[in-house]
Formats: sequence, structure tokens, C-alpha cells
Amino acid sequence: MHAVGQSVARKEAPNKVTGRARYNGDVTPVGTLTAVIVPSPHAHAKLRQVDVEPARRMPGVVAVITGQDTDPMCGEVLEDRPPLARGTVRYHGEPVALVIAHGEAEARAAARRVTIDCVPLPLVATVEEAVAPGAPLVHPELGAYRRAQPPVVPKPRTNIADHAKIRRGDPTKGWAASAVAVSGHYTVPQVDHAAMETRSARVEILHDGRVIVQSTTQAPFEVQKLLAQSFHLQQGQVIVDVPLVGGAFGGKAAVQLEVLAYLASRAVNGRPVQLVNSREDDMATSPVGIGLVADVKLGATRDGLLQVAELSFLLDTGAYADSTPRVARAICSECTGPYRVEHVRCDVYTVYTNHTYATAFRGFGHFPLTFAIERTMDRLAATLDMDPAELRRKNLLGPGDRTPTRMMLTRSTLGNPQTCLDRAAALLAGPAAQPIGPHTVRARGLALFWKTSSSPPNAISGALVSFNQDGSVNLSTGTIEVGAGTKTTSAQILAEQLGIDVNQVHIHTHINTKVDPEHWKTVASMSTFMAGRAVMEAAEDAKAQLKSVAAIALKCAPGDLSVGQGRVFLTADPRIYVTFSDVAHGYSYPGGDAVGGQIMGRGSYIMRHLTLLDEDTGEGHPGPSFTVGAQGVEIDLDTRTWQYRVVRAVTVVDAGRAINPAGARAMLQGGMCMGIGLATREGVLYDRDGQRLNDQLRTYKVMRAGEQPDAYVVELVETPQIDAPFGARALGEHGLLAIPAAVAAAVSHAIGRPVDHLPITPESLWKLVRSAEAVQ
Amino acid sequence: MQNANTGRAEHLITVNGEQRRVSLRPADTLLYTLRDELGLTGAKPGCENGDCGACTVLVNDVPMKSCLLLTMEFVDQDPPRSVETVEGLDGAEVQRQFLQHWAFQCGYCTSGFLMLVEGLRRQRPEANRDELVDWLRSNICRCTSYAELIHAVEGVLERERGAAPASDHPTPVPPTR
Ligand code: FES
Ligand code: FES
Repeated sequence: MHAVGQSVARKEAPNKVTGRARYNGDVTPVGTLTAVIVPSPHAHAKLRQVDVEPARRMPGVVAVITGQDTDPMCGEVLEDRPPLARGTVRYHGEPVALVIAHGEAEARAAARRVTIDCVPLPLVATVEEAVAPGAPLVHPELGAYRRAQPPVVPKPRTNIADHAKIRRGDPTKGWAASAVAVSGHYTVPQVDHAAMETRSARVEILHDGRVIVQSTTQAPFEVQKLLAQSFHLQQGQVIVDVPLVGGAFGGKAAVQLEVLAYLASRAVNGRPVQLVNSREDDMATSPVGIGLVADVKLGATRDGLLQVAELSFLLDTGAYADSTPRVARAICSECTGPYRVEHVRCDVYTVYTNHTYATAFRGFGHFPLTFAIERTMDRLAATLDMDPAELRRKNLLGPGDRTPTRMMLTRSTLGNPQTCLDRAAALLAGPAAQPIGPHTVRARGLALFWKTSSSPPNAISGALVSFNQDGSVNLSTGTIEVGAGTKTTSAQILAEQLGIDVNQVHIHTHINTKVDPEHWKTVASMSTFMAGRAVMEAAEDAKAQLKSVAAIALKCAPGDLSVGQGRVFLTADPRIYVTFSDVAHGYSYPGGDAVGGQIMGRGSYIMRHLTLLDEDTGEGHPGPSFTVGAQGVEIDLDTRTWQYRVVRAVTVVDAGRAINPAGARAMLQGGMCMGIGLATREGVLYDRDGQRLNDQLRTYKVMRAGEQPDAYVVELVETPQIDAPFGARALGEHGLLAIPAAVAAAVSHAIGRPVDHLPITPESLWKLVRSAEAVQ
Repeated sequence: MQNANTGRAEHLITVNGEQRRVSLRPADTLLYTLRDELGLTGAKPGCENGDCGACTVLVNDVPMKSCLLLTMEFVDQDPPRSVETVEGLDGAEVQRQFLQHWAFQCGYCTSGFLMLVEGLRRQRPEANRDELVDWLRSNICRCTSYAELIHAVEGVLERERGAAPASDHPTPVPPTR
């Protein structure tokens, strides 16, 4: 009986097809008040006065609060953000006040009565403007902010919240050894997570000192710690409770509404208050994914061997830094792409603008990074007149090579990029571009990705396994079910280790920090690895306990016993056994007296040997392993209208081992679809005054049915990661990482000009071709 | 009878074949009434302005976005206008097909898609692929790749037409080492 390697349906699936799956907004206790955010109407302004009196007098209103100097400053890395604006507003949609009322209708009606009197300040509209000399400052007080989670290197009196870098080798030598040099300038806009469930939080402050938080967070333990720290509570007083989450993609790892809901509850004597983002709030007020401007220079020998890479990235973190300095270091870690480059100079700046602030987005900076580096590889291939796949093949990293952070690679940590590339190239065989109709060109593009976790070196994860009397088991881990199937994967791992059917494993899907062991955050595709390791250890612990009780029953030593198929049996003679149920709650002798007790296994994992990146050189060990893969697309482009469609999308990824193959495939395909959306249409838009233009799903376009390719081709390579459960590598984010780069490559081939800016719309292509023609 | 202070009044509404008494404001949407008054939380708010379809229910067998409907239009009707939500589906083929084809991940869009496809089955069992894709375009799924959803719908319609269900659903490709 095997559970690992089987495509078992997700545990909660029957509830999801009957409407019985419960999300945070589905259960509102009677008596819960509703808070709504009064957003800033300006992108950058001095607040003169916020008049809340008319709102206070509206029917049903209980309280209205605005930013106070006593409120804690927020920020995962750098504490630069007041939960409610104080003195200055820095983006359109920033929370200025909270109206707390008996119902949403009352709260919204009152929120419209709040008047915000302010004086506009000069706008910082782009990252380039932000770093130009004499630029207006988004944070004149930057130097005074507390650094909550170093490393972070702010540059006071500038708009640079952080500067992360890689200094490896000597670029001068690299250029001397290079016969060709290419460079490219790339832009990727901020993007929205657009999870179908908007963010929400509910807080009640009890009179015994406990704070009950119910939220859509991916990071309940982070919420717990931040609230405890900000409001001078013991961590155990803060209880964070998270049911199923309706999609997250990194956007629910940021802690925002939980703090606001706490302030709201505190303002009404601790009564329960809920704060539910409307779609518009979710897009304009809550954080988005970073945008980026990149300059990449590569030098190589005549036969295409990379010698040097010089890279500069300006990350558009918007008004606040949130986790962007961590994203910056993740970009540093993999800045060269999965290629061998001896001499590397990389600068990643976290840049403030008057845009919506940014947080983690699926891939943690790697889809824009991959876009920049892979576009430059294509330029190099064109300059050398070399097949793009061949150029990549020549430069692929292998065991024994070092990464930009000088981490030594092994087959286990790296996996097999070569096979991924070869398979993807074979699946996409054919001319780069060919006419297939009077006005239709079919073109192909290929790109590679790699990514590690860039998690804190002390990230932890735990698992608790308790046995029921009938021999079935309960499994509790601290991971959140955001749709990735992580709970089911953990159950499969436990079932496999105990040799029982996965139906005998009962999972705890609704996480509560009071009873569930901590899992750092459900991010970075790390659940299978970290929680999986904890589950394996908990299984071993439970097995040892099963054996010690069974040894009494079977009159032998624990070492004589094995566990499998729901039994503990004599290794030498499996006919002599007890079942799990015989010993799960103690073993009873025929006379009724008993020994042992409930079997309860525990497992705990902490990252091994990871280090933070050095501030000057970037040297360090950012993650336990890499996931590498190759992706490609085939597009059909109409040369009259510049409209195009992705007709085929290919992913070959080194999965290590797929614990749930159909689940892995579903995740990857979903990522590919999102990647096509990012390539073809997605991007946050602002007008000249910094006003958010697309804060709805009708204006911020995501993929809809019929826009997906005719075929998704997904192949899994399996090079085990030695220290991972069953060898399984991270997969959750990876389906999208190189798709935008591959689409850009294909479109570039189709129109015969490099396409370097996302999203690639027919209009942008028309402009590109027209301006190129005007120059000629 | 309307309460002069709150503007609320009591009415009768029929959902999933059950008659229920609800207290309404004239501005209440059907989505709000279903979720907050009747406890039927299968229909989800995703945008509350018609963009996403997470709130889709059936009205007289036609899929409609309940965030755009006023409950007032459904109360005290004779004969009652039939409102069906995901909670009213019981072992329907569409549920089976969604499970079989991995047509969801986070599940937040699922109730809406289920009701949409159930409506399609009732209205247009003969729909071809283009037509069914057109139907699906009214709703958004941010997690899946849509291929899974399309396979599931094809399965439903083939079953409805009496053909054997499609067997081309995604099966994992054997790994290469
Ligand atoms: S909530 Fe009704 S369409 Fe989105
Ligand atoms: S399954 Fe998550 S939005 Fe569709």
C-alpha cells in the first residue's frame, strides 16, 4: 500500500464541491461589528485634517478612528508603515480612517462622510524618477525607521529603502575575457495577486487578555508574533485562527488587515470587529506584487561561454518596503539564471514610489528576474547567431559549480537542468518563427528558471500525530490550505510512513496557533519540504512508541518489531502482531489492566545550514535546494492586428519526486496559466496623478476560459533531493516563473524585434514596430 | 411589515425548494440574503459587481450573478421564482466531474462554476466546445489552468447526451529520470 506517488484527491475536495468548505467570510459570529477603510483619495499628500465627526453621527456607527502617534509602526523588514496614515499619505487607497458600525451598509454610508483635507505633495511616479537626483522623498524620515528584520540597508535622504548586492569575482577580468557584450533594459509592472477570495480579518479582544484573530492569512504565526510585539502582549495571548483560504499567491503573507482590525476592536472596548476587503480595497489598499526595471549586461566568449554578468534592478515597492528587501535578496541569489558565471556584479534596490505598496508575489521576484535574464540570453544568442537552447546548454550550472552567493551545488541541491532543457527543447522543436497563413506567424520561445526558498535560516515547522482508539490518526501541522493541496500531501507522507491508507489520516485543515505547531509561513513552496520533514519525524516518533507498547504485548524487545499495514509485528515472523488499535490507546491485558497510553508522535524541523547573505558580497546560503525547469510556448500571431494567442505551453521541471502527481501537474498548469496572464495582460496602472486606474477585475484583466492554450504539456523529471521527503522538490510557484520570458521570446521571433516590456499587448507591439519603423 | 427605523421588512423566499422567512432592506442583494440571512455561504463574494461569477446561482434554471440581483425580486412571488444554490446540488454529475478532473484548487470559485455548468447542462446540453467555453468566460478562476474546468464540463455534457464520459482528462505523465 503506497500513498506517496499516488494522485489522491485533496482531502477537502468533497466540501469544495458542495459549498460546505468554510472560508473566513463564511462564518460571522452574531454581534460582530463591521469596519470599513476610508482610503486616501491622493497618491501623495500632507494630511491637514481628517474630519470624522459627520461620520460618527451616522446611524449604526460605533466609532471612527484615524492614525495616532501611539499606533505601532508596521513593516516586516523595515518599520516604515503606520497602519493608518499619519501626517502624510503615500499612495492612492492608503487607509486613512476606519469606520466601525453595526453593519457594512451603515459603515460604508458613514465612510463617505469622512472628509480628508490635504495638500498635494510632488508625486514620485516611477522608480526611475525616484532615484533621479533631487527627487521628492516618499519617506523623509527613512533614516529613523527601526530595522525589524535585518539585513536591510536603507539609504537615508533618498527613495532607496534597501540596497542588496552580489560581488563575486572581478567583472573587469570578465569583460577582458569576453569577445561579445550584450545589454538589455526591461520593465515589468506591478501586478495584483487577484486571489478570488479577498483578504479579511476579524479581531476580538477578550477581557481575560486573549486576542482572537480570524483571518485569511498565509502566515498566522507571523500575525501572532507581530501583534504580540506591537501591542505588548505575550505571544500566547494572541490566537490566530485560519480556515481554508481562497487563493493567496503571496498576497496574504503580508500582515495588514489584522493590525487594522485589532485597532478597530480596541476602539470599541474589544468587541469583535471584522474587516473584509471589497475587491477595490483588495487591489488598491492591500499590497500588490513588485514591479521592476532591470538593466542586464552579459559578456561571453565567441563560442558563447558566459564570463561576466552585471545587473541592476530597481524594484517598485510602492509606498512601503514590506517584504521587498527579502525579495531583493532572493533576486540576488539567483541573479544569473541557472548559468555558470564567474564574475558577477548585481545591485538590487528596493525603491519607494507613490504606488500601492508591494509584498511577496508567487515566485518571490523570480518571474521578473527570469524575464530580464532570459531576454538577455536570447540577445546573446542572436548576437552570436547561436541556437538559444544551445547557448543555454553550454552555460548550464552543474554539480560542483557555485551560485552567485557562492553556494556549492550538488546533484541533490540543483537537480537536473540539462534534462529539463533537452526535453523542453525537443517538445518545442521547429523553426523559431514560420508563416502558417497569409497573415499568421507561428513562433516559439524557450526560457529556463531556477529558484530556491530564500527563507529565514531559522524557519521552523512542526507536526503532531495523535492516534485514535481505532488505529486511525490525526495530523496537525501549521501549514495553511490555500489551494496547493499541502494538507493532503502531508497526509500522504504520514500514511506512507505508517503504512496505512491515506483515508486513515485525519487532517486538521483549520489552523489555530493555540493548538497547531508552528509552520514559519505557507509561502516559498516550502510546505512539502518543511512540514513533510516534520511529519516524517513525527511518524518515526509514533512508530517508536507503538513498538514500545507492542513489545510488552508481544513479549519481545522494541527492536524486534516492525510497523506496517496498520500493524506492529515481529520482523522475524509477521504472523505475530498487534494492530494499531490494540495499542493506540494503551494495551489491555485479558484481565482488563493496561499499559501504555495514547500514542502521540511529534516532529519538528528547522532549516539546516542556511545563512543570511553578506551585506557587502552577497555570500550566503539562501535555501535548502533549487527547483530548476525549462518552459516554452508556441504562439500564433496575426501580423495585421498584432493579436496573438499562446497555442501550446510546455513545462519540464525537476520535481525531485512528485508526491501527488496529478496535484503537482494541476499546480504547475495553474501557474502556467497565470504566467500567460502576466505575459499578455496583467499590470497595475496609474494615471498621471498616481491614481490607481484598474482596481477591479473588469479593468485588471486576468485569464478567462478560452484564453488558455490548446495544450499544456507538463513533464516531470525526478532527481531526488536527498534531504527532502521522498526527494520531493518545491513546486508551488514554479509553473509561472519562465512563462512570461518564453512568451516574450516567441513574440520577439514572430515580429523580428526584441520585446522587453511586460505585459505584451497587441497595442504595445504595434507601438514597438511603428517606432522602430519611424527610426529607420 | 416594514420597520420604520431600519427599513427592514419580513418576506418569504424559496431557495432550494425550501420556503424561508427573511428580513430585508430593499437594497439587499440576493448574495447578501443567501449568505448573511439564510446561512447559505456556498455562493461567494469575489467582486460584488458582476465581474467574477463566484456568486453564481440558478434562477429558474438560468445561471445568474447573485451579487447583481435584488432579493426583493424573489420574495413573495406566486408561483415562487426558483433560486438554487450549490447547497441544493446533491450528488450531481457536475460535482462528480469537478472532482474527477481536478477542476479546482482553492475552491473559492467552485460553487459559482458548478452552478454555471449545471445551468449549461439544463439549458444547452448540446453545446459544443466553443459554446461551453463562452459560458465559462463569465466566471474567473485564478488557480486552475481552465483546461481542467473545460474537461469537467465536457464530461458533464457528454454524460447528459448519453455518450461515455471523456477519458482524456489529465493523467500524470510518467517521469523521466
Ligand atoms: S461576486 Fe458576483 S460576480 Fe463577482
Ligand atoms: S480554484 Fe481558486 S479560484 Fe478557482
